[in-house]
Amino acid sequence: MKRFLHSPVASALCAALLFLPLKDLKSAVILFVFVLAGISAAPYIRKLKIPQIPFKASGLSGFLPVLTITIFALLPFALKDYYLDVLIMFGIYALLALGLNVIVGFTGQLNLGFAAFYAIGAYTYALLNTRLGLGFWPSLPIAACFASLSGLVLGVPALRLKGDYLAIVTLGFGEIVRIVLNNWDTFTKGPNGIAGIEPPYIAGFSLGKLQYYYYLVFMVVIAAVFVIRRIEFSKTGRAWLAIKENEIAASTMGIDTTAYKLYAFAFGTFWAGIAGTLFAAKMQFVSPESFTFMESVLILSMVILGGIGNVYGSILGAFILVIMPELLRDAQLYRMLILGLCLVVLMIFRPQGLIGAKDASAGR
Amino acid sequence: MLLQQLINGLTVGCVYAVIALGYTMVYGILEFINFAHGEIYMLGAYFGIIFLALFTSSGLAASNFPLAFALTVLLTILFCSAYGFTIEKIAYRPLRKAPRLSPLISAIGISIFLQNYVMITQGATDKVFPQKFGDASFNFLGASATSLQLIIIFASGLMMLGLHLFIRKTRTGKAMRATAQDMTMASLVGINVDRIISVTFIIGAGLAAAAGVMVAAYYGLVNYSIGYVAGIKAFTAAVLGGIGNIPGAMLGGVVLGLIESLGSAYVSAEYKDVYAFIILLIILLIKPSGLLGTSVEEKV
Repeated sequence: MKRFLHSPVASALCAALLFLPLKDLKSAVILFVFVLAGISAAPYIRKLKIPQIPFKASGLSGFLPVLTITIFALLPFALKDYYLDVLIMFGIYALLALGLNVIVGFTGQLNLGFAAFYAIGAYTYALLNTRLGLGFWPSLPIAACFASLSGLVLGVPALRLKGDYLAIVTLGFGEIVRIVLNNWDTFTKGPNGIAGIEPPYIAGFSLGKLQYYYYLVFMVVIAAVFVIRRIEFSKTGRAWLAIKENEIAASTMGIDTTAYKLYAFAFGTFWAGIAGTLFAAKMQFVSPESFTFMESVLILSMVILGGIGNVYGSILGAFILVIMPELLRDAQLYRMLILGLCLVVLMIFRPQGLIGAKDASAGR
Repeated sequence: MLLQQLINGLTVGCVYAVIALGYTMVYGILEFINFAHGEIYMLGAYFGIIFLALFTSSGLAASNFPLAFALTVLLTILFCSAYGFTIEKIAYRPLRKAPRLSPLISAIGISIFLQNYVMITQGATDKVFPQKFGDASFNFLGASATSLQLIIIFASGLMMLGLHLFIRKTRTGKAMRATAQDMTMASLVGINVDRIISVTFIIGAGLAAAAGVMVAAYYGLVNYSIGYVAGIKAFTAAVLGGIGNIPGAMLGGVVLGLIESLGSAYVSAEYKDVYAFIILLIILLIKPSGLLGTSVEEKV
């Protein structure tokens, strides 16, 4: 009896029985078969060795990064507008994932409200543009700094908290920002959103066309990778790593942990502000709907999927989570379901992510 | 008017308190936020509708509604407890020794999974809970309480008292307290820690399920996304009272319910959901140990 309870059949039966009241018998039987197959295969998956892609520490040199950049630079000549549109979204999400990776991956501070800073960036540009007529280029640094500043404002009190509490406070902050944007009708036009935002111009020449916009986003992503890689291997980056590994040990080594955690917050949210501005200028429309908690979870999933603390991992994660749903159009309904399942499976079988560092001690 | 708001706030507050117990018990033992707890509450609401429909079609609800409702609640608790047990076994147990971020992310995964699983199987539109409690209400001092409100307040009080007695008076309860104090020491004196953790999840899920059925009956509408907001509010209640502290969770829930009710009546109803978050932020910043909690020094 006891051996039966620990067998895969018992687990599969349990899952099927729990599922039964929600749907019919047929789906329960299908679920039974799938769970049984999954659990039986699990020991083999665990042993599966995925080779780690070696990346040179020096940033963008090396064969693979150069090849990737070349391919992405040539893509607009080969792709239809629709796919270009998807790739632009990939670039924006890559920026978000890179920014969040600084906070979660480098410094080990869980942030569940990252979409709030993305929203702040997007709304700053939207409001500056539609109300004051300010263009894209002056707005970009203002929006980025404003997002960064709100990161600091949240960070100063919140970073006194540890792990789980910090996660909940950032989550609460994300919700407050979204609810305020939704309810402050006179300023943000509430749930209707702000329309008629201008695309960027260079000397009177609009970059609104997808091909041009693609290159703009592409360039910003490369700049972000360059800057973030430089910082990762600087004194600041080392301090972040020390804080992530063991905060108490870091502070006994003379690292001002509060200050460095604040740097991480300000620096990470800076990129969210830039991503927000790019998003608003691309869509030419913003509404609170784009900045829900699910968005924060999606960005976090990108960081975790690729590998916590790995810059290229964040980009890979963004690529997979933006491109996959487009390839699986028919399975649109199951997208989030699969994402949720993937997070659990990933944590159990591969907590370091697809190409993450071997040591996944984030948050300890 | 004020008294009326107090009654409404107390009703909602009792529900928050009952859900908060699940958070606080799990946190007390594992020091981890069970993010999927709100989804158990949502499942409870759905199972309530499903089982009540089952009794309605078999004719029991028409002939003896109180019995049908009681059976619905019991079956829902049974099913949701099974969910709580299974989730812990699948998603949290393998990660018990992992870095702290891992189980939290796993819990977020479970939460997303359950939400979408219910959305796909039950549809994205609101489900209606059949209203059979009638309009009978009791008046005192110009305020009125419906029979359902009284049932919710009474049943929640009973569950909280039951849990309190269970934790204080039984052997298992004693083992739970020991495990919460020091897991390694508890296992050294012969407590089966795995079993205690399972029991904790089963009880927490059962309480959330009961809260789910009661809220479904109270508001009349159920949606696959109700677990998220309710979960956050219940967590706020747990933190407000001092996380890991069981009487604290009860107090926190009731206080939060009252603040929300008074806030939406006298300040602004549009920002109703913001109050919980603002209170959470303030509490965490001023007194992270909560109203009844004691602060714990970090172990090096």
